[in-house]
Amino acid sequence: MEAKLNTDKTDWSAFPYLNEDDVISVQRGPKPGGVGGAYRAFGETLRGLRTTFGRVLEGPVTIQYPEEKTAVYPRFRGRHKLHRFEDTGLEKCVGCSLCAAACPAECIRVVAAENDPDHRVSAGERYAEVYEINLSRCIFCGYCEVACPFDAITMGHDYELSDYNRSDLIFTKEMLLAEPIDRTPLRSEGE
Amino acid sequence: MSLPLAEVNYVEATWVMVVKSIVIFLGVFLIVPVLTVVERKLIGRFQNRYGPNRVGPGGMVQPLADIVKLAGKEQFMPDAAIPFLYVIAPILVIFSGIITLAILPFGNVQDGLGLYGIDVSIGVLYFFAFSSLSFYGLLLAGWSSGSKYSFLGAMRSAAQLISYEVSMGLALLGVVMMTGSLSLTSVVDGQGEIWNIVPQIIGFLIFMIAGFAETNRAPFDLPEADAELVQGFMTEYGGTKFGSYLLAEYLEMFVVSGIAVTFFLGGWMGPGPGWLDPVWMVGKTLSLVMFFIWIRATLPRLRYDQLMSLGWKVMLPLATLNILVTSVIVTVS
Repeated sequence: MEAKLNTDKTDWSAFPYLNEDDVISVQRGPKPGGVGGAYRAFGETLRGLRTTFGRVLEGPVTIQYPEEKTAVYPRFRGRHKLHRFEDTGLEKCVGCSLCAAACPAECIRVVAAENDPDHRVSAGERYAEVYEINLSRCIFCGYCEVACPFDAITMGHDYELSDYNRSDLIFTKEMLLAEPIDRTPLRSEGE
Repeated sequence: MSLPLAEVNYVEATWVMVVKSIVIFLGVFLIVPVLTVVERKLIGRFQNRYGPNRVGPGGMVQPLADIVKLAGKEQFMPDAAIPFLYVIAPILVIFSGIITLAILPFGNVQDGLGLYGIDVSIGVLYFFAFSSLSFYGLLLAGWSSGSKYSFLGAMRSAAQLISYEVSMGLALLGVVMMTGSLSLTSVVDGQGEIWNIVPQIIGFLIFMIAGFAETNRAPFDLPEADAELVQGFMTEYGGTKFGSYLLAEYLEMFVVSGIAVTFFLGGWMGPGPGWLDPVWMVGKTLSLVMFFIWIRATLPRLRYDQLMSLGWKVMLPLATLNILVTSVIVTVS
């Protein structure tokens, strides 16, 4: 049923300050009870039945989570990753602690150490001897990623981070450097 | 017009009756738990989701899990409750549902065996007498629970009863006048040429609407109204007693659908050999139960005064007009 404005009957001269186009008049249905109401109720019931049956034809939209996973967007801020140079295999992190300084939740702990020239760990002078992120405190704001001058830390795509105790949620450098075991599905361009 | 079997002294052996009643009882009691999960799955589909699908294949073992959960609960009674009435109320509700099963005809007499519990010559009255009894169950539950929510639910169910029982009776009266018999098997026999839904479409609609009210289903689930009355008369019940109300609700839905099929949709009639009759009957009944679920997924709960005005101002005059026209036509032809 098309909503029809019954503005024609209104005497607009009584409202000189109103612009006719700005007025929305409310259409009221027949009062409940009585023949008109029953007729309308019957028609609307049929319309409602059609609507709900349309939902059956559409099929469920539920994502069966543990079996099916939602694809994330490329810029999704999930669990952090530390990176190495692809050619030399050296860590990009130089232990500058800028990420820890930027972190509003103070969940990053960096202990830097001097590089041994014979066994270099990172490309710079120093490297991170200890690099820990307490993911039970992290708010996934991405400030660490922004603060890092070497793109050594980025936000990954993992979001399944629950664990049985809090100490397991403190991710060490090795865990952050490793590739995630289960890759989170990623949305393709324009999806 | 065939006479009701009870009137021509057609009586079966006692052991046949016992076996029949056990078969009908068990058959329907196996259908009812399946209905609960089918309802949840269907409602899910109507809302673009799956519904239960974790327990067993496709979630079909869900009722077993529900029953185990309910049966494992503590038996609990509020201090303010009246013990005897509190216990007897759910029994009464289930009883009224089960006893109506006895007269539902699943098929005609075949090889000397009537495919129904019993063919009483007062079938319609029997149905009304016992389906009204279930309201005593609700009333007693609300009264004896000693809770305001329960009491409000009981009051609402009482008001609903008087608004709808009359129109329901009048809706069936049209069919009874056309058939000239109160026996349910004769009613089905009378639909050999054309199902009663065609000449009695208004009666069918009124019966279905009253049936929603009778079974306390949406949109007339005012007595239990989960949102405002926290299940109304069932508020103070838990465990198996609560489960028995649930069971009774689905049982009554099956019974009311069965009666509607018997009176308006040709009962056991359908193509195929005679042994298919019960299949047709149960199939039609179950499709009507699906319709109940569809309606529940569609319509919002009516307000108290809307329910009253629908019952008294619309359905009662319509039903009366229906039987007036029917009686004129029956008398003239």
